[in-house]
Amino acid sequence: MATVTLSSIAKSFGATRVLGGVDLDIADGEFLTLVGPSGCGKSTLIRIIAGLEHQDGGAVAIGGQPVDHLRPHERRVAMVFQSYALYPHMSVRQNIALPLTMSRLKLWQRLPLLRALSGQRRTVMRGIEADVAAAAAQLQLDHLLDRKPAQLSGGQRQRVALGRAMVRHPDVFLMDEPLSNLDAKLRVHMRTELAELHKRLGATFIYVTHDQVEAMTMSDRVAMMDSGTILQLGTPSQLYERPASLKVAQFIGSPAINLLPASVGAGGRLELFGRPMSLAVQQAQGQAVSLGVRSETLSLVHGEPSGTGRAWFSARLRRKENLGSEYILHFDLAGRDLPGVTMRTSPAQAAGVSEAAEVTLGFDEAACHLFAADGERIEPRGLGVATASIVPLRA
Amino acid sequence: MSAPVPTVATVSPAHSAARRFLSLVLIHGVLVAGALFMLAPFIWMLVTSIKPPSEIFSAEIALWPKQFYGVENYRFAMEKAPLLRFALNGVIICAGILVVQLLVAIPCAYALAKLEFPGRNLLFVLVLLGLCIPVQVPAMPLYIGLAQLGLLNTYFAMMVPFFLSVFAIFLFRQFFRSFPDDIINAARLDGMSEFEIVWRIVTPSAWPAIAAFAVFSTVAHWNDLYWPLIVISDAKLAPPPLGMMFFADAETGSNYGALTAAATILTTPLVLAFLIARRRFIDGITMTGVK
Ligand SMILES: Nc1ncnc2c1ncn2[C@@H]1O[C@H](COP(=O)(O)OP(=O)(O)OP(=O)(O)O)[C@@H](O)[C@H]1O
Ligand SMILES: [Mg+2]
Repeated sequence: MATVTLSSIAKSFGATRVLGGVDLDIADGEFLTLVGPSGCGKSTLIRIIAGLEHQDGGAVAIGGQPVDHLRPHERRVAMVFQSYALYPHMSVRQNIALPLTMSRLKLWQRLPLLRALSGQRRTVMRGIEADVAAAAAQLQLDHLLDRKPAQLSGGQRQRVALGRAMVRHPDVFLMDEPLSNLDAKLRVHMRTELAELHKRLGATFIYVTHDQVEAMTMSDRVAMMDSGTILQLGTPSQLYERPASLKVAQFIGSPAINLLPASVGAGGRLELFGRPMSLAVQQAQGQAVSLGVRSETLSLVHGEPSGTGRAWFSARLRRKENLGSEYILHFDLAGRDLPGVTMRTSPAQAAGVSEAAEVTLGFDEAACHLFAADGERIEPRGLGVATASIVPLRA
Repeated sequence: MSAPVPTVATVSPAHSAARRFLSLVLIHGVLVAGALFMLAPFIWMLVTSIKPPSEIFSAEIALWPKQFYGVENYRFAMEKAPLLRFALNGVIICAGILVVQLLVAIPCAYALAKLEFPGRNLLFVLVLLGLCIPVQVPAMPLYIGLAQLGLLNTYFAMMVPFFLSVFAIFLFRQFFRSFPDDIINAARLDGMSEFEIVWRIVTPSAWPAIAAFAVFSTVAHWNDLYWPLIVISDAKLAPPPLGMMFFADAETGSNYGALTAAATILTTPLVLAFLIARRRFIDGITMTGVK
């Protein structure tokens, strides 16, 4: 088992800078997820850890030892690829056994003809057979061992790829979007299976995905990347509850966070659609501030809106989505040229709103996130508290 | 107001079946005509090989001789010329050339397709340039070199100019380029060296390309007269075409019946080999449905 330490990893392909000095400390046995939009450098980073790609600057250490001079298989890492990357002409058994035959047999014992001369080979092969059988049993692949990859379903192929990674008992598992070729139902199932596998093996997992649900549900910690840098590193709930920047807030959470345009009024007091709120910020008067409101914090306001610490605005229902246990309501902001907002609510609440009805939506001001024009998170200061400061949270 | 547009419903089933039949007849007619055109010399060879000398030069065209003379022609050919020896020479030369070509071209093609190293593109351009050079160009220096080394009149002399096939490198490179990088990376993580990756992972997926190339290579060298004629003077080493030439000169004079009988015997192994390879060919192509 091992820690993984990345220090200022940089990588460019030609003139394009793909990674700009990534620092990351991953604890022994941790499940860390790299998440971010397509092309942000997640795969490149994980390939650098595996040794498949060489970084231009910085260092990788596994278990405290620098590994930059080591070839991929010497780093004691295993990787699962999005495309499964099974050897097409080999049976499932041979696929899973391959890493073991590579490490336990000498080159001449693997050569055709010559290998018949080795007496030792038989005992080694018997050991390998046993290990393959054990891994296959863990992944319920027993009955598929003699099939070729082409004769397997996507989920089965994925499990073979996992088996091939597991048999060598690596210190670190690297997974590059292993579930993205599966259908939605299987993905949910494999999510649980992977999380359980992690618990059982106790190895360090580094998991790449661009699906924020996978990141939120499986990880101990999530590193949100964009354009080759880590925007925020923290537990899933930290990323959800205190996004460090607008990009993190927009990426994490489903449906995506609602953004409302607010502006700074007199005395730093925020105004939403011209109505003053009870929040104030350090920003100069007249500046724009984005107000992030999660869809579950919105609620319907019946009658006259009132109460301190609550903001409200009017909206018109565009569409209802029935998810069974809950509803997603899509609203247009009445009379404003803005993207609409979404609200997550119970079926009972949703039943009270009819199509195209004009309603008032309210939210708790303390539960919203504020972002300056440059996308950084800003903390509100209570009204009248002159010394309150802006706290840009950085991972 | 618009004119009636013919819809699917207006075409009657009988009409559409007739149209399909007509187009089938047309397509097959064209294909059969092409095949006959290609096969005509071959058929003529077979027919001539069973005709008596008197009928070969008769003015009328007959697909079957009045007097069956096949036994005599074939016996004469087998007795007067070491045909099996020529065929064996052909097998040795073609197999030797093909094996070395594959051993050299597959790793080269893999490096050009999948490895990153400075000068890779330049090397590939050189390969493409190599495709443009006909064998006749380096014949002179090769001959002189072989003569100096005392290697004329050997199997080696017949094979050596063809060991390095730029065509094979080009063909396999194009094929390997579509091989998934992830599988190669997985093999690297599993501890395989690049050589093992080439032979154990990439090559097994390249059977269709290898079969196709084997057909090209074997046909070309089985039928090659030019180079053996330059480096071989010993009839015992002659491959089929050169053997035929010796046979035609020395033994038969103008006994065309025996000559075509010999040609038939020497073509048969190639046709058989091709028919077998063709089977594998199709198997190989359907096998690549693997993702
Ligand atoms: N071999 C390469 N040569 C040139 N550019 C490359 C190469 N590999 C990756 N890139 C570029 O590096 C950037 C990051 O690629 P990377 O594969 O790491 O993205 P990613 O975050 O994994 O995206 P995705 O979610 O789509 O897999 C991309 O802009 C890509 O075009
Ligand atoms: Mg990727």
